[in-house]
Amino acid sequence: MTTQQGDTLLYLDGVTVTFDGFRALNTLSLVLTAGEMRAVIGPNGAGKTTMMDVITGRTRPDAGKAIFGDGHDLTRLDEPAIAALGIGRKFQKPTVFETQTVEDNVLLALEGDRRARRAFRFASTLPERERIDQILETVHLSNHRERLAGGLSHGQKQWLEIGMLLAQDPELLLVDEPVAGMTDAETEETSQLLVEINRSHSILVVEHDIAFVRALGVKVTCLHEGSVLAEGSIDHVSANPRVIEVYLGR
Amino acid sequence: MRTALFSDRLVVAVAIIVALVTFAIGIGNLAFPPGSVLHVPTYVVSLSGKYLCYALLALGIDLVWGYGGILSLGHGVFFGLGGYAMGMHLMRLIGPRGVYGHAVLPDFMVFLNWKELPWYWYGFDSFAFAMLMAMLVPGLLAFGFGFLAFRARVSGVYLSIITQALTFATMLAFFRNDMGFGGNNGLTDFRELLGFSLRTDEMRVGLLWASGVAVLLGLAVCRLMVASRFGKVLLAVRDAEARVRFLGYRPESYKLVALVVSAVMAGIAGALYVPQVGIINPSEFAPMNSIEAVIWVAVGGRGTLAGAVVGAVAVNLLKTFFTTRLPEIWLFALGGLFILVTLLIPRGIVGGIVTAERRRAVGAAPIAGPA
Repeated sequence: MTTQQGDTLLYLDGVTVTFDGFRALNTLSLVLTAGEMRAVIGPNGAGKTTMMDVITGRTRPDAGKAIFGDGHDLTRLDEPAIAALGIGRKFQKPTVFETQTVEDNVLLALEGDRRARRAFRFASTLPERERIDQILETVHLSNHRERLAGGLSHGQKQWLEIGMLLAQDPELLLVDEPVAGMTDAETEETSQLLVEINRSHSILVVEHDIAFVRALGVKVTCLHEGSVLAEGSIDHVSANPRVIEVYLGR
Repeated sequence: MRTALFSDRLVVAVAIIVALVTFAIGIGNLAFPPGSVLHVPTYVVSLSGKYLCYALLALGIDLVWGYGGILSLGHGVFFGLGGYAMGMHLMRLIGPRGVYGHAVLPDFMVFLNWKELPWYWYGFDSFAFAMLMAMLVPGLLAFGFGFLAFRARVSGVYLSIITQALTFATMLAFFRNDMGFGGNNGLTDFRELLGFSLRTDEMRVGLLWASGVAVLLGLAVCRLMVASRFGKVLLAVRDAEARVRFLGYRPESYKLVALVVSAVMAGIAGALYVPQVGIINPSEFAPMNSIEAVIWVAVGGRGTLAGAVVGAVAVNLLKTFFTTRLPEIWLFALGGLFILVTLLIPRGIVGGIVTAERRRAVGAAPIAGPA
């Protein structure tokens, strides 16, 4: 991947997705530059998760373009291929491998050869262990490495999943509601963590928590009924009368 | 790699027990004359060999179901195909000693008025070729089936239903006389293998030991697979397949490797089974057999490997007891056992032991730590 700071990293143009006649995305267009962090807000059903599904290859759009980096057409690739291009995803509901240890969860996410015939390896290598140490440190899970991921608290699972994203080291991170169910202190730490990660990765974060989005201090895109309603700073967007109308009702 | 092989104490324990018991039964049969207290009757030898073949089949099922989350209700198809490959070899070895005395054609072909050997019976006079086929045919079927099913993302109960259909369809096909596999009578009247008569005690003990070695190898192969990074990915696929895809893995190739290895193990189990029971017929493909094999794994404890062996032997000991003493209630006993295990030890016998141990370890921790 050869994108430079400031180049277009993700380009969505006129993306439309229809489920049984319901337009989940309606000619959605969005441009993300390399190195940027963007917050996406919008009421339930605005199409935030569907947008992530399109970007990660889970859903094929009926129309429109989705281009990543220097010309990779995301609408023609499947999930593993898109992941290999450098797009990682954190789900709304924390999804970790519950029956395996925290360490193994990160190990599975570490960048490397994903082919089955390369998987007959036993011990992890020294660089792998060092990288795991570093990541667990970053997400405050160093004392939990031997624990089964299923036994972690909700907030810890969220962080483990962010740690797995770091291990994957993708160019673009899609983060779906990272602070849902977190305490105020955890929310605060998560926003610092995302800002930290943003120094070396581009991030697209979906979040309902306006205080959290404000703390991030980044450009905001507000979706409504599958298309962009407003875009700009959080103050600009939240002052927009149509945004107020959508959020508060008439 | 060595730590991976020996780090699961329950697997090691089961392997040692299998090795010792198998060895002791053989020695007890051959070294002590009938009448001696230590003599093991020949029927016990054959019965034990049969149990070991079931254990190997169960190991294969545990690999795909316990670790990969693929509930196959049709593993009997791989077991049966391996069995037929061995059966065809044994038929060819009968030679002119059949009832009709034909030099090449097995009895059932002479009876059907066939003039020459069908092309797919060629080569089965060679032991090596037949053994290769006993692994290759189930392996290729699993590859073809898995390739299509996993790529189309068929999973869960839909996949289970298709595997049932697969074994059922195979059974119907093998029932037909013109398939060339002996129709509903199957293949039987075997005489010798590798130059030795099948009816001697030495041969029966030899087959028992071969089955024991096969189970030990099966345990080793499965243990290495699940302890490697392959096994970690396979577990991840079982627990959250979609998540694995977004990490950049292709779950279908991991599932395919597991299914093919599992099918080859089932094929070997079938090939060892046939000379010990003396017959192979299409009823081996009956859906009920495949479901029973899944119950062995559930009772023993899925996802433990040791449990597959324990479950297969335990359930079949019960089956032998019931079908000889109280044949009419066996199916009720099996159903009851399944319900009891599901209610009382949902993780199965071995899974229950693992859970109890972990609970004890957690409970003991505060006592061991500083007060």
